[in-house]
Amino acid sequence: MQMPDPNSRILARKDHIVARLQSVLPVGAVVHDPIQTRAYECDALTAYKCPPLCAVLPATTDEVSAVMRICFEEGVPVVPRGAGTSLAGGALPTADSVILGVARLNDVLETDYDNRFIRVQSGRTNLSVTGAVEEDGFFYAPDPSSQLACAIAGNIGMNSGGAHCLKYGVTTNNLMGVTMVMSDGEVVEIGGAHLDAGGLDLLGLICGSEGQLGIVTEATLRILAKPEGARPVLVGFDSNEVAGHCVSDIIKSGILPVAIEFMDRPCIRATEAFAGAGYPDCEALLIIEVEGSDAEIDDQLSRIVEIATRHNPVEVRESTSAEESAKIWLGRKSAFGAMGQINDYMCLDGTIPVSELPLVLRRISEMSKDYGLDVGNVFHAGDGNMHPLILFDANKPGDLEKCEAFGADILRLCVEVGGCLTGEHGVGVEKRDLMVSQYDADDLEIQLQVKDVFDPAWLLNPAKVFPLDATETRRAG
Amino acid sequence: MSNTPTSEQDLSDLIQTADGPIRIIGGGTRDIGAPVEGTRVSTAGLSGVTLYEPGALTLVAQAGTPLAEIDALLAKDGQRLAFEPTDLRGLLGTEGASTIGGIVATNASGPRRIQVGAARDFCLGVRFVDGAGRVLKNGGRVMKNVTGYDLVKLMAGSWGTLGVMTEISLKVMAIPETETTLVGDGQTAAQAVESLSAALGSPFDVTGAAFSEGKTFVRIEGLEASVAYRAAELAKGVLAGFQPVSGAASSDIWARIRDVSAFAGRDGAVWRLSIKPSDGPRLVAALDDLSPDATYDWGGGLVWLHVADQPDAGAARVRAELAKLGGHATLVHAPADVRATVPVFQPEPTPIAALTRGLRQKFDPRGILNPGLMGA
Repeated sequence: MQMPDPNSRILARKDHIVARLQSVLPVGAVVHDPIQTRAYECDALTAYKCPPLCAVLPATTDEVSAVMRICFEEGVPVVPRGAGTSLAGGALPTADSVILGVARLNDVLETDYDNRFIRVQSGRTNLSVTGAVEEDGFFYAPDPSSQLACAIAGNIGMNSGGAHCLKYGVTTNNLMGVTMVMSDGEVVEIGGAHLDAGGLDLLGLICGSEGQLGIVTEATLRILAKPEGARPVLVGFDSNEVAGHCVSDIIKSGILPVAIEFMDRPCIRATEAFAGAGYPDCEALLIIEVEGSDAEIDDQLSRIVEIATRHNPVEVRESTSAEESAKIWLGRKSAFGAMGQINDYMCLDGTIPVSELPLVLRRISEMSKDYGLDVGNVFHAGDGNMHPLILFDANKPGDLEKCEAFGADILRLCVEVGGCLTGEHGVGVEKRDLMVSQYDADDLEIQLQVKDVFDPAWLLNPAKVFPLDATETRRAG
Repeated sequence: MSNTPTSEQDLSDLIQTADGPIRIIGGGTRDIGAPVEGTRVSTAGLSGVTLYEPGALTLVAQAGTPLAEIDALLAKDGQRLAFEPTDLRGLLGTEGASTIGGIVATNASGPRRIQVGAARDFCLGVRFVDGAGRVLKNGGRVMKNVTGYDLVKLMAGSWGTLGVMTEISLKVMAIPETETTLVGDGQTAAQAVESLSAALGSPFDVTGAAFSEGKTFVRIEGLEASVAYRAAELAKGVLAGFQPVSGAASSDIWARIRDVSAFAGRDGAVWRLSIKPSDGPRLVAALDDLSPDATYDWGGGLVWLHVADQPDAGAARVRAELAKLGGHATLVHAPADVRATVPVFQPEPTPIAALTRGLRQKFDPRGILNPGLMGA
């Protein structure tokens, strides 16, 4: 993976740039000591590291604006950073860049139950948004696995999803407004407490733009009343294909589960060894969760079980209590940790049409043999968002490269069958060079032109999302 | 080559060789925005469903496909477009048949928007020809896709000012087993919005919340037993005194609200205001000097405002009051000469207007696509 060479003129002016940033921020909000900047050298894609020129930790929109104005004047690239949980390298710095961390922007600004929204500073963690309203019976729906740590800013940057977006949608469907600092320091407001911001849908454009169009400092988020309850059913099958058909049939039946999660045999075995959730030893396993009152849940689960039974499952385990529910979810929730116990792993994020599930799983297993690397599949089946986990040994020379080549093949396959490279993690640096497999030159060019409008000098997270050769002239400009 | 292109290439050629403004026409049912002088280009030749996978909740259709054709196809498998596209022919006095391209281009979403999202939330992918004649695509046909910028959302609701859409992928959803509407009588607008807020803040999954023609309406949809349970819980709780209506009587209520039928056939102007729900009644009260008539959807956050006998359709007053609260106002229905002089869409603050202008300049460098429709 290549990153652009740092601009030596910026490196040479480090002291001057740091001094200017210190002049607009409180003491301690500029991290420039080479030992301390190492804390910002990577995000959750730990294979790639590079300490930034410095990191800034502003606590207000005005401070962010002041930082951006200085970086604009100095021509310094800015890499926005939420909580650093990106699996795609979205917050990976270059040596000549300023990391703009939003960790100190963590206040709740307004909570309005009558109008069902909450306004927060963007560094607040996803789970703590729900935490701020749950005692009053509300929640914020998007729930990425990293929700304990990840920041709303990063969720907006990557348009994060989660296990429950089959019913509630992803970040973009729950974002009502933002306060955003433009690359030159200007502050803009888009949307707010009303639905559908007027004019062109700039909010929709900003969500998922990976910090390349502006720095979101505040967000108005839709909150929802918590359902009375939720319970899953676990169903095991002796074939991936049959499990795939079952998913289709459930969706077609008109029941709308909040989640349909899928695990294959390698993943089931790994999680059993790790967490001991008591899963059946079978080819494929579905966890299907529904919501409502107890009677409503019983009704929906019985319909789902009826559909599943038609597909000759090897096991059906309907939860009847919170305890049983927790046990069913235990394995799924520890799947990543379980795979991590076995070896290093790379987590992919391609999405495919649900109908292509059996074919794609078969091809992945064939490729796994060809590459000689094991792979486990655990993913959101209802919406076709796959998370193949490829196991490799980071200490073995050549293994990472082999793993990346395998991953790229899987993602190309996702595109080939009508899907896409990334469903909820973002492109970052990880999938940057694969963009040409999904988009033609013109399709990419129009996206670059969008960035030209928001960030004419290409200072915001410039080496991400698009292949470097496609952006070279712009980044130099 | 004609003004009714039958392929993307045809459309691209037409746009590349155009020597003046183009007025894009879908079904011609939404005569909204400043009048556009230009060669009419119809999407009627780009019609037909290209893919429908009920088990994946996905439909791909060419932009000129009539809504009725899509509705009929989906209904065979018990599915529908959940965002409940509006049919404004009665309100606007237009004829023709809505197309999916027109619906998406105007982000035309009905009462269920409050719960499931707007048209833009159901768009998975788009193909379009921009103002330079480039054939472009964005998104795809899967539910979750963060590959590059989301131009799908940008195209939805761009009113043809960024490109002519040729194909759209949509998420569809199941038609629920049944629906019930709880109807309340005798509330003021402010009381109604309080009731609606309480219902929307309950765990009972309300899919419609409106106050129109003196009545308050709350809709519940889903499985039979579940709807009965939730309706009963609401009626003995926050909606005490409300009466249940089911079946066709219920769906008729929502068609009427969706299509703003209350104001159909009336002289005067009709505004569409998107605001914070609790501000709805307050805003209408502040505009008392215009003798307005209002219906409220989306729990109070979508106000349809009828104004009679105002030379500027009440624009100065509506926008002055709105500015105090936030939100946006669109002059949906007014005589063409009024729409030619009054900004139909909400004027934007300077930095936002600059972004809009910048985007339009990239997508349509010659400024030939529906020029002026959304403002300068």
